[in-house]
Amino acid sequence: MPANPMSLESLSPAIAEIWLIAAICIVLLVDVFAGERRRGLTPTLTLLALALGAALTVQYGEVPRRTLLFAGLYVADELGWALKLAGFLIVAVALLYSRSYLENRNILRGEYYVLALTALLGVFVLTSANSLLTLYIGVELLALSVYSMVAFDRDSGVAAESAMKYFVLGAIASGALLYGMSLIYGLTGTLSLSEIAARLHGPLQPGLILGLTFIVVAVAFKLGAVPFHMWLPDVYEGAPTSVTLFISTAPKIAYFALALRLLAYGLAGAVAEWSQMLAALAVLTLVVGNVVAIVQTNLKRMLAYSAIANVGFIVLGFVAGTPEGYSAALYYTLVYVLVALGSFGVILLAASKGFEADRLDDYKGLYQRDPMLALAMMVLMFSTAGVPPFVGFWAKLRIFQVLWESHHLWLVVIAAAMSVVGAYYYLRVIKLMYFDAPAQALPPTGRSTGVRFALGLNALAVLVLGLLPGPLLDLCARLIH
Amino acid sequence: MPHLLSILIWLPIASGLGIVLLGDRRIGAGRWLALAASLVTLILTVPLWGEFDTGTAALQFVEKLPWIPRFQAYYALGIDGISLPLIVLTAFMTVPVVIAGWTVIETRPAQYYAAFLIMEGLMIGVFSASDALLFYFFWEAMLIPMFLIIGIWGGPRRVYATIKFFLYTFLGSVFMLAALIYMYVKAGDYSIASLQALPLTLLEQRWIFLALMLAFAVKVPMFPVHTWLPDAHVEAPTGGSVILAAIMLKMGGYGFLRFSLPIAPDASRELDLLVIALSLIAVIYIGFVALVQQDMKKLIAYSSIAHMGFVTLGAFVIYEIVRATGSSHGAGMGLDGAMVQMISHGLISGALFLCVGVLYDRVHSRQIADYGGVVNTMPVFATFMVLFALANTGLPGTSGFVGEFLVIIASFRASFWYAALAALTLILGACYTLWLVKRVVFGAVASPKVAALEDLNPREFVVLGALALAVLVVGIWPAPLLKVMQPTIHHLLTQAIATKL
Repeated sequence: MPANPMSLESLSPAIAEIWLIAAICIVLLVDVFAGERRRGLTPTLTLLALALGAALTVQYGEVPRRTLLFAGLYVADELGWALKLAGFLIVAVALLYSRSYLENRNILRGEYYVLALTALLGVFVLTSANSLLTLYIGVELLALSVYSMVAFDRDSGVAAESAMKYFVLGAIASGALLYGMSLIYGLTGTLSLSEIAARLHGPLQPGLILGLTFIVVAVAFKLGAVPFHMWLPDVYEGAPTSVTLFISTAPKIAYFALALRLLAYGLAGAVAEWSQMLAALAVLTLVVGNVVAIVQTNLKRMLAYSAIANVGFIVLGFVAGTPEGYSAALYYTLVYVLVALGSFGVILLAASKGFEADRLDDYKGLYQRDPMLALAMMVLMFSTAGVPPFVGFWAKLRIFQVLWESHHLWLVVIAAAMSVVGAYYYLRVIKLMYFDAPAQALPPTGRSTGVRFALGLNALAVLVLGLLPGPLLDLCARLIH
Repeated sequence: MPHLLSILIWLPIASGLGIVLLGDRRIGAGRWLALAASLVTLILTVPLWGEFDTGTAALQFVEKLPWIPRFQAYYALGIDGISLPLIVLTAFMTVPVVIAGWTVIETRPAQYYAAFLIMEGLMIGVFSASDALLFYFFWEAMLIPMFLIIGIWGGPRRVYATIKFFLYTFLGSVFMLAALIYMYVKAGDYSIASLQALPLTLLEQRWIFLALMLAFAVKVPMFPVHTWLPDAHVEAPTGGSVILAAIMLKMGGYGFLRFSLPIAPDASRELDLLVIALSLIAVIYIGFVALVQQDMKKLIAYSSIAHMGFVTLGAFVIYEIVRATGSSHGAGMGLDGAMVQMISHGLISGALFLCVGVLYDRVHSRQIADYGGVVNTMPVFATFMVLFALANTGLPGTSGFVGEFLVIIASFRASFWYAALAALTLILGACYTLWLVKRVVFGAVASPKVAALEDLNPREFVVLGALALAVLVVGIWPAPLLKVMQPTIHHLLTQAIATKL
């Protein structure tokens, strides 16, 4: 293990986490003293803290090459750096979209923002973990923050129910993760991912395979892969929409990092074993996600199944088991998060006091009520369906490509067929918005200029990244190598 | 003129976006902008045709810019003798569509024109892309405006029709994409030329051929994946039907010529009977189906399927000619016929749909039974309709004759029976088209609605007149068209009958 003297320079790669902890304390304190009357202070302060954090990370957090810090518990590399920047941006956008929704439901409280920041801290810890222990801390920090966010609207029975479900099932997954980790630790004698990677070669002991299985189950649960997906639709539907937006974005990046650090890096020696397990999961996930999404009547629930289906594609990137495959999965994850931000952002804008705008029927004739919102949603839906010129097309193309390169003929066929099935329910949303007339008088959509502008930029990014996909593809490839 | 192809692609798209920005309130300006953009695009195809070198099969007007360096994908354009006529056809057919919608489209007119202009750009992109990824990009992107055109401005069952259209096409295309990526992984780049040069085993060729065929057969459409077409045509607004029949169907035929034959020549040779059989089924069986239609648009849709059967027949009968005669002599005629048939069908079916549109705008019915004796109130219109109907039956002197004649002659070289079966279309086509004309145009005035009909206005006259002129020119003097295609067809034939094994 490399000996790192504790110096200021050696801490600078962890600037994002350090700043975030400081920011959490500041926001918490300011919120307490600002009191009920100056409610608007906390959201603004949080956005400021995120912007400053991103600036600090750009300035000081970049590392020339991969370095281990804190006695090898923490790894600083370009991937972690880039994912943290993405995390700052995503959470900032998510919080920006959420504000008026929270206000309308009387849940605009400082704790919400603090919880979002602690969840983000969990994301950061996960993305830079180089030890089983760090990974676990990251997973728990993120999960516990998110559980409380789901239950944040304390008067809502549905939200409490889904938080409970999430918590209980999440605890089982954590248990599985811990159990698998303990087996790996027992058999390799180390917690460090780099050490495990170095010690795993040749045929695996049965105990290791058992441990690996538990870990795959836990990762599948966190990602929402079938058959460990049961929590996901209920939580997406039951949670306040702003929380659904949150859990469908930043944590996805974290769990991608979890899979990457744990499976692709630490357990690289067992790639043949886990990629087979993941292949089966991916097929199930694609089929169940896409087919069940068709019959949904609730948009949030439909998007939950769409999230499951998209996870199937991300997992397929891992199935390839090559750096190309992981970079395809990373690209897919980033693209998915970008689109998910926008789609839930549309729901948040369409909602108003006492109106959730979460049923598909609420979107009938949206074009006539709010053309810009309908246009943004159409772009996002075509993108998830994988139709050019939008960025979702390249994400799917990249996955097909790595599957061909790793000779997975049948997975290509299944993924291709399932993306056609998937196209149907995305088209249905467009059909409701554009081809149908509004069913009843609905409250007007949100008018906040800032949010609408951000949403417009979000949709524009989906188009521009689709027309010129080169830079982001290159970035993803560079981050993995 | 440099970057002519790029201008042809992006000028209509940019104008379309401009019209959206102008919005429905300033639609007066928007309409003129749409007309100007489509006319300028059409005029720009004149230098394209003029400067085109008919002595070579190489790509011309080549443009190449790096697009996605990681995939070795380029923004690469270039045209040869089979893409040039289709580009001109695209530019030509968009103008009548813009004019035909002038007063008819009342809901969201800005988006209507924008959708058609964006479609035009994308379709020209499909025909001029020389990079397979760019080709696919345009090919799929085109689905979005068509989906909206049918869904927003279509008839009562438009939602069903447009989703069926989208999913059918998407299903075919996804497998084409899978095949293209497979070849990319082997070849290392997406240029169509290197995919054509890629050595492939027979097994690989077979699968690639079938994947490509799925995409192109849906688009053509071939029996048995044709069922989306009658629905889409019936529900689409007039302009949508015109573009669908005149150009989008041609993409399937273009795909066979550009991809299937040169990339998988051995599989094409092996599976040619499959395509020929499906084509003959389309010609005969679909001809009978057309006969019993009650709806004018549906009838023309089925007639389109039957006529497109000639395209696929002409393209694949070359292998049977080589097999029967041992030489490729005269096989080029099949390919010539396929190409001429595509151009001619584009003009004729487009014109027929416009004729139906003229009637529909006045009577708001597409049922044949609601008409009768139109000639009494609309003599000028009746003249045009009869002309186009006769062209549809393949009357000598019209464009419809040239393509069918070439394909039948080529089939004759392969086998008497192919020619005999294909020639049945001359009878069937005459039956369903002339019977349609008889019931709609001739006879006594059938209803008060027909009695109240007014003849063509100048706008409609110009549109139908231009199309009639085109149909006659191609029919009487097809030599320039054949000359433009000749070196490319020759080159394509060499590629198609060579072996990659």
